[in-house]
Amino acid sequence: MSAAKKCLSAVLAAVLLLSVLPGCHGSRGLPDFEVPESFDTEKPIEITFWAKNDTNKTQTSIYNRAIEDFEALYPNVKVNIRLYTDYGKIYNDVITNISTGTTPNVCITYPDHIATYLTGANVVVPLDGLFADPTYGFGGSGLRFDGPDADEMIGKFLDECMIGGEHYAVPFMRSTEACYINVTMLEALGYTLPETLTWDFVWEVSDKAAARDADGTYPANGQKTMIPFIYKSTDNMMIQWLAQRGAGYSTADGDVLLFGEETEDLLRDVAAHTGTGAFSTFKISSYPGNFLNAGQCLFAIDSTAGATWMGSHAPHSDISPDKFVEFETAVLPIPQADPDNPKMISQGPSVCIFNKNDPQAVLASWLFVQYLLTNEVQIAYAQTEGYIPVTRKAHESAEYQDYLSRAGEEGELYYSVKIAATKLLLENIENTFVTPVFNGSASLRDAAGQLIENTAKSVRRKETVDDAYFAKLYDDVRSLYRLDQLGGRAAAGREELGPLPKMSVCLLAGIALVWVGMGVYLLSDRIRKKKASSAPKP
Amino acid sequence: MKKILALVLALLFVFAFGACKKNDADKPDVKGEGVMTHDEYIAADLDTQVVIETYVQAKQSWWEDKATVYTQDKDGAYFLYNMACSEADYAKLTPGTKIKVTGYKSEWAGEVEIIDATFEIEEGNYIAPATDVTAILGSDTLINHQNEFVSFKGMTVEASKDADGNEAPFLYSWDGSGEDGSDLYFNVSLNGNTYTFTVESYLCDASTAVYAAVKNLQIGDKIDMEGFLYWYEGVNPHITSVKAAG
Repeated sequence: MSAAKKCLSAVLAAVLLLSVLPGCHGSRGLPDFEVPESFDTEKPIEITFWAKNDTNKTQTSIYNRAIEDFEALYPNVKVNIRLYTDYGKIYNDVITNISTGTTPNVCITYPDHIATYLTGANVVVPLDGLFADPTYGFGGSGLRFDGPDADEMIGKFLDECMIGGEHYAVPFMRSTEACYINVTMLEALGYTLPETLTWDFVWEVSDKAAARDADGTYPANGQKTMIPFIYKSTDNMMIQWLAQRGAGYSTADGDVLLFGEETEDLLRDVAAHTGTGAFSTFKISSYPGNFLNAGQCLFAIDSTAGATWMGSHAPHSDISPDKFVEFETAVLPIPQADPDNPKMISQGPSVCIFNKNDPQAVLASWLFVQYLLTNEVQIAYAQTEGYIPVTRKAHESAEYQDYLSRAGEEGELYYSVKIAATKLLLENIENTFVTPVFNGSASLRDAAGQLIENTAKSVRRKETVDDAYFAKLYDDVRSLYRLDQLGGRAAAGREELGPLPKMSVCLLAGIALVWVGMGVYLLSDRIRKKKASSAPKP
Repeated sequence: MKKILALVLALLFVFAFGACKKNDADKPDVKGEGVMTHDEYIAADLDTQVVIETYVQAKQSWWEDKATVYTQDKDGAYFLYNMACSEADYAKLTPGTKIKVTGYKSEWAGEVEIIDATFEIEEGNYIAPATDVTAILGSDTLINHQNEFVSFKGMTVEASKDADGNEAPFLYSWDGSGEDGSDLYFNVSLNGNTYTFTVESYLCDASTAVYAAVKNLQIGDKIDMEGFLYWYEGVNPHITSVKAAG
């Protein structure tokens, strides 16, 4: 083989290796999204919107109306809606569809879930470029509707959609948890409703309400069934308890701090008051609202977005009308560790956009997402439950202020418990918090709730709940949710990949050898030529 | 000669097997050691460990190694909620399969069920006939048949109202907020009393005959139904078949 051919072979081998290597190490997926210069209003575009509703027909009607209005503004865009009633089901379906490249265009979701979606390359569109675009961004000159300006978005809620320094979603609605209280029963037990609930107060009153007569009747309600304190989302219960005490849950990078002494303090309280019959959970017993409305619960903690299911005149209910009892309902923030420094979770749906090959489809998705932030959609949807709009523009509108002022008027729209729950959050926006989002944060959240559920179940089953029990519980839950694998390297989109596989090391070594070989060849060739040229001519 | 002998033996085997299966249905259950009878299960306190032998009647769902299954022995039913089960084992839980289950008796919104359970497959096969509970609808004795495979005869389809007050023979989801593929809710009456029945979409999805049949119902239709007597804040049958009243 001639020297030139050898050189050519070496170069070709190197090129081949370089082209094969990225393919071995994983695909980059779709190209980065870049905002098109203009939106094509002629080209037919079809986008899919996976939406979540609270099994509430008014909410689905609002989605459908929003789609109709949006399509009227942008006639070349068709929006297909798929309805869900469960965030978990949306999450599972998205995960399935990421692998097949069939994600929806727009999806209602939680930031915890987006952190998992982000482990795929270019799956979710980062939105900061779109936010700031002068034509199509917030308050952009090219919008065909009156959307919010950037400074009209509530910053605290927008920040909740930031993962790894970039926004990957926008908030759609926000809620928190509230304690729905049977004041009539509370006062009959000899207590006065405090301005702020504390955990000690709730435990004390609940224990008293759990006392039974010899025949099994509860004097508190004259019935055979009574669970004084029921918590719907035990993951939130644990998270808020820890936050109120400044105790660890996780770091921003995904270090798990959940399994500490403060967690055990709460679990001991849960064990003690489950033992007295004062406490149970949704997973163990059923919806808190069903017990509350039947006069079988004193403190029912559920989302403000469930307010229409709470109270003796709740417009929505799963129990038959004959089971309702008459009582006064109060709506207060969840129990606090420090009443002067209240803390409560911020939750509720956010909206993300999935990347596609066609940037026009992504831009159409962004326009639709912004349309969901208009006052028409925000106010209408917020009124269906104890949600609040996520824009100052909606909060300050005359229409919304009028709605808030009409609590107790006739009809479901002005249901007093719902508006009380809404006001609770409006007055406490600055007291809300969210937990860090990283790949695995959804599992950590599940684990936080599982600790409470397992403890309560064990007490009900008359198992021994002591130090050894908690040690084993921690191990079991860590293992079940694979929390040992999270460590501090789970920050979304920033996950370290660990050591390279052996095959990759071999390929890289091969490339290095080829380059070294080429270098040696070229150098020796040059030396040879130099020697030849410097030799005396015959 | 050998061929004839083999044929005879094969036939004997087939008839013997058939006889065995028939006997399974006819003879009373004899429980293994440490296994509760249905009466003992009913008498057991909530939140206590129970060990039962039962037969799969229908599978409702499987997700992340958890199965929800309707089961029944010859004396009564057992609803197994989120029982530990691999996907491979779930495939083995065909109707009639006998299983031994260890779990905890629990109650959720009135539904008595077994949770946190494990199981093993045993020899045996039994399919429960539908018990006609039409006459005891609305009575206190209906709950004695909770989770059993039951039938309802000659009921009349009544109008359901969605959240906007519109009348329909059935609703997607309880208030009409769902879409094709969601649970179907419909009202049926007997002797002046109206009951809400459900086609649970995990048990019978949109591809099933019962789902299609309910979508074709008209207000005033007289129908016969079969299904499982599920409970949620009162009786809430999960219907598996609907046909015109015979």
